[in-house]
Amino acid sequence: MIEVKGLTRYYGDFPAVRDVSFTIGENVIVGFLGLNGAGKSTVLKVLGGILMPSAGLVKIAGVDALEAPDSTRKTIGYLPEEPPLYREMKVAEFLRWCGQIRGMAAADVEKRLPEVMKICQLTHVADRVILELSHGYKKRVGIAQAIIHNPKLVILDEPISGLDPVQIVEMREVLKTLKTTCTVLVSSHILSEISQTCDRILVLHEGRIVAEGSESDLKRRLRGKLAVEYVVRGDKADVQKTIAAVEGVSSCEVKTDDDMVSAHVVFDQDAREAAAAALVAAGFGLRAMYERTSSELEEVFIGLTREGEADHKEAA
Amino acid sequence: MNGLWLVTRRELSAYFNSIWGYIVAAVILVIDGLLFNAFALTDRPRLSFEVLRDFYYFSFGTTTIAAILLTMKLVAEEKQTNTIVLLDSSPLSDWQIIGGKFLSALMFLTGLILATAYMPALIMVNGKVSLGHVMSGYLGLILVGAAVTAIGTFASTLSRSQLVAAVIGSVITVFLLISWLLAKVANPPLDGVLSYMSLFDRHFRTTFMEGRIDTRDVIYFLSLTFGFLMLATRFFASRRWK
Repeated sequence: MIEVKGLTRYYGDFPAVRDVSFTIGENVIVGFLGLNGAGKSTVLKVLGGILMPSAGLVKIAGVDALEAPDSTRKTIGYLPEEPPLYREMKVAEFLRWCGQIRGMAAADVEKRLPEVMKICQLTHVADRVILELSHGYKKRVGIAQAIIHNPKLVILDEPISGLDPVQIVEMREVLKTLKTTCTVLVSSHILSEISQTCDRILVLHEGRIVAEGSESDLKRRLRGKLAVEYVVRGDKADVQKTIAAVEGVSSCEVKTDDDMVSAHVVFDQDAREAAAAALVAAGFGLRAMYERTSSELEEVFIGLTREGEADHKEAA
Repeated sequence: MNGLWLVTRRELSAYFNSIWGYIVAAVILVIDGLLFNAFALTDRPRLSFEVLRDFYYFSFGTTTIAAILLTMKLVAEEKQTNTIVLLDSSPLSDWQIIGGKFLSALMFLTGLILATAYMPALIMVNGKVSLGHVMSGYLGLILVGAAVTAIGTFASTLSRSQLVAAVIGSVITVFLLISWLLAKVANPPLDGVLSYMSLFDRHFRTTFMEGRIDTRDVIYFLSLTFGFLMLATRFFASRRWK
């Protein structure tokens, strides 16, 4: 369904996305995971035909999106983080217009409209002015405008941001329904959302894909890496310097907690005792040691972005 | 063509469904009415021809102001509210979007211009003017409206801020209005170019305003309209590469 090779996008001199490549099949939900500024929205905008890439190849359903942007846009539905809505229009009127500008005949829009209203649970607000709707309903109208023309690819940028817990559950159901008819790309920095709805996750960091696979694939990738948190009395910079000098330490993140220093250390090999010994030998008061497993997706994500960053520095 | 009409229809409905369209229409019609009252209903006896000529004189000013006010939001507001994404992600071409927006503003403006027709009608009832003078004056106003609407549409593509768009549109329009003054102090061949560019003095005052239609003026206004629409489409298209 989607083939991306060497996608690069600059904003001025700033490379927002660098040499990104991936392929995505049909009828799957794929999540783009990353911190703010990681390049998720830029990748989605390029796939949606909103931005042109600075370099690289983008094919949607076998068609080069650069050579035939108008025809590829007909097959794509796009919803940015803030739903683009003409607030003075009524819901049904707005959706009819959206269908028509995407090349649907008026009669086809009329046939499709009840189905879309049902999927997005908008039937009872069809004649309401968009301005009067709550944030959750506006988001649903945003999704409805993205799917009204029966697209093969639906791109949803942060679809659950700003929704309450009930609305999040409802949105998950909508995404699952969409998956039966098209490929869905979702971006989010809410990791639990990605893990619950997506078949595959692409992790972006500083414009690059640092990891990809299912949730279990990503966890497996970090399994075997030891992580220990040392609580130490001493100077923050000195603690970091001492731990970083120990052989087998992959990364060390230090933060100050009251008058204590907390060092989150990830090991390439088991050097837990050596690190503790180094801290004691350097004269720091070692108050506690906690083993930190990378079982939670948040941990996996942090580990992957650090790993990706380290790989990139090494390559550079 | 269908895409162009879809954009035109939506933009037109936006004028009628928002307070802005009504505010602009009300303000322009009130100013037009007040000026007509002040110029036409004087104690000194005047020829009907003179009254009608003065009506077109101030209507020229109100038409340009209305065109700037109606166009400032066309693209800038879409960028500001991010609804531009709807158009960006659609298969509509850039000229369909710009053309549709231009047409909607021009249609609304034309309606506004024609709503002043009761004033020439009053002159016809109470005096004696030719229908040709009335028609040529209105043709001139619509052509001026089209040209300034194109300028305003172009200005609106340059900024996210409606205010900035209005300022840019006004600066271009004022430059075209006063270019005849600049022509007086410029050297050849620049003086000729500046003199030709004059929106009011060269192409409206001595022709449409006095009941004459000169094809050179028609060509000038249509060229200006087409040129600024081309520029607007170019600038609008560049957003995908920024």
